[in-house]
Amino acid sequence: MKAELNEQALLKGLAQNDSKAVETLYKSHFTMIQHFVENNNGSFDDARDIFQEAMIALYEKVQLDSFVLTCQIKTYLFSICKHLWLKRLQQMGKYSSPLSAHEESISVEMDMGQIEKKDAAFAIMDRALNSLGEPCKSLLEGYYLNKKGMQELASQFGYTNADNAKNQKYKCLMRLKKLFFAQYNIGD
Amino acid sequence: MEDIQLLETIEKYLLGELSDQERTQFDVIRQKSADIDQMVVEHKLFLDQMGTYAKRKNVVHTSQHVFSTLLANGEWAPIEAAAEPAKVLQLWSKYKKVIAIAASFGGFFAIFTSIIVMYLSPSLNGSQLLQLSKAVEVIKKDQQAQGHILNEVKTKVPENAKLISGGSGFLIDTKGYIITNAHVLKGNGAIVINSKGQELNATIIYSDITNDLALLKIEDKDYKQPKAIPYAIRRKISDLGEEIFTLGFPRNDNDIVYGKGYLSAQTGYEGDSSSYQIQISANPGYSGAPIFNSNGELIGVISTRQKLAEGVAFAVKSTEIIDVVNALKDNERTKDINIKLPKFTSSASRSRKAQLDNLKNFMYSVRSFN
Repeated sequence: MKAELNEQALLKGLAQNDSKAVETLYKSHFTMIQHFVENNNGSFDDARDIFQEAMIALYEKVQLDSFVLTCQIKTYLFSICKHLWLKRLQQMGKYSSPLSAHEESISVEMDMGQIEKKDAAFAIMDRALNSLGEPCKSLLEGYYLNKKGMQELASQFGYTNADNAKNQKYKCLMRLKKLFFAQYNIGD
Repeated sequence: MEDIQLLETIEKYLLGELSDQERTQFDVIRQKSADIDQMVVEHKLFLDQMGTYAKRKNVVHTSQHVFSTLLANGEWAPIEAAAEPAKVLQLWSKYKKVIAIAASFGGFFAIFTSIIVMYLSPSLNGSQLLQLSKAVEVIKKDQQAQGHILNEVKTKVPENAKLISGGSGFLIDTKGYIITNAHVLKGNGAIVINSKGQELNATIIYSDITNDLALLKIEDKDYKQPKAIPYAIRRKISDLGEEIFTLGFPRNDNDIVYGKGYLSAQTGYEGDSSSYQIQISANPGYSGAPIFNSNGELIGVISTRQKLAEGVAFAVKSTEIIDVVNALKDNERTKDINIKLPKFTSSASRSRKAQLDNLKNFMYSVRSFN
């Protein structure tokens, strides 16, 4: 029971971007993934990337309204990593035989479908922001991501006053929204 | 100005920052104006997405930060250090696709930096120049130490063969002809490894020590001939200051590495007119790597690095490649080889990322053995 509570606390921590929780997840499970990837044609860097993706998938899973974790975090992370690594190998045309693995895993196909939609929405916003160019990108990131005030942003970017910065932010925001909605389809 | 205020109000409305009175007023406006109502709905969707994006972005950031901190603190043993015998085979299986001996370059870089291992070319001023092929003595030593493991790994290097040297190379004819440096091929046999990690058998066709160029041919049933090569071999001398880039295999894990720099002199070491001086961070293993200009034309082949000045390297001019191809005609053994050098550069208009993605398919890591 105690272990279960700990797992719940970890997931809650991950959802709240608590670095202690993230650290615990890395410390408890990364070695397992490292071995799995390296035993299946991958490198340490591949393991790092796959684990990172799996952490994000777990984070997205926790965010879902229908969230229930029916197995241990360990099993879930491993299952996602296995799924992702298999996909990666297939993309590289390297996959030929069943993967060698000693851990038990569950089917994550259903979850991955939902998570991939989240990935897609994230990618659209990321692309839109990145194609804005500077200073628009940093200005909007400062305001919407880092929650900085207009006054602070004005002095950071060298605008003479907050109104000018606000004006610029407005123009940037219009461009971003245009870029974003050009690709984002409601309801899909 | 009005639009700004409107959007600002919408944002405050959505974030619950309006007073009750303002909020009621705004609700009335929403009901009356379909346009404004639409703007509110749209902006809500956008802000929701932005919020989701921001949260996830922060998690990605935390995750990366935590990982690098733990790695720096030695939480996970890097591959080379994890030398428990039981794990060795597991670790080696990683290299199945690469080449067994690649791993034995492991200890090389440390020694390289302290310049204990230096490969001197007799035709050049040896004390000042350092050839960029991967060091040999170290490879040999490591190989002996790990010899029993090497036999366990499938590789196209013949059994009992000793890896002598290595570097980079690139295709100049779709039939499988590869140009590299002559000093990269110190052994009498060679294999090449493509950017996907696939090993292919190759034969050494021609080696020109003076110009430090050599020609290999892939002879392997697994070789898939590409339709066309996306870079032309430049027949003219390139301009001073021209922006250049390279792709090579300087690392022991056989990952392709991109480097950028500029052409710093139209002649090479001590005025050598057959090469350029280039400013690029050249590492060992870059020997034989191609130099492209910003149009994607091939203008040279990296060859040696001046010992003392970091970042300074030399590249054999592309015109020398043409000379090599012409020289084949004069030799009884090679006169029937018909190499068609690529004449068109097709990657010019792409972004650098797309360009590299395409170019890497034509780049090879070269290993020579005895």
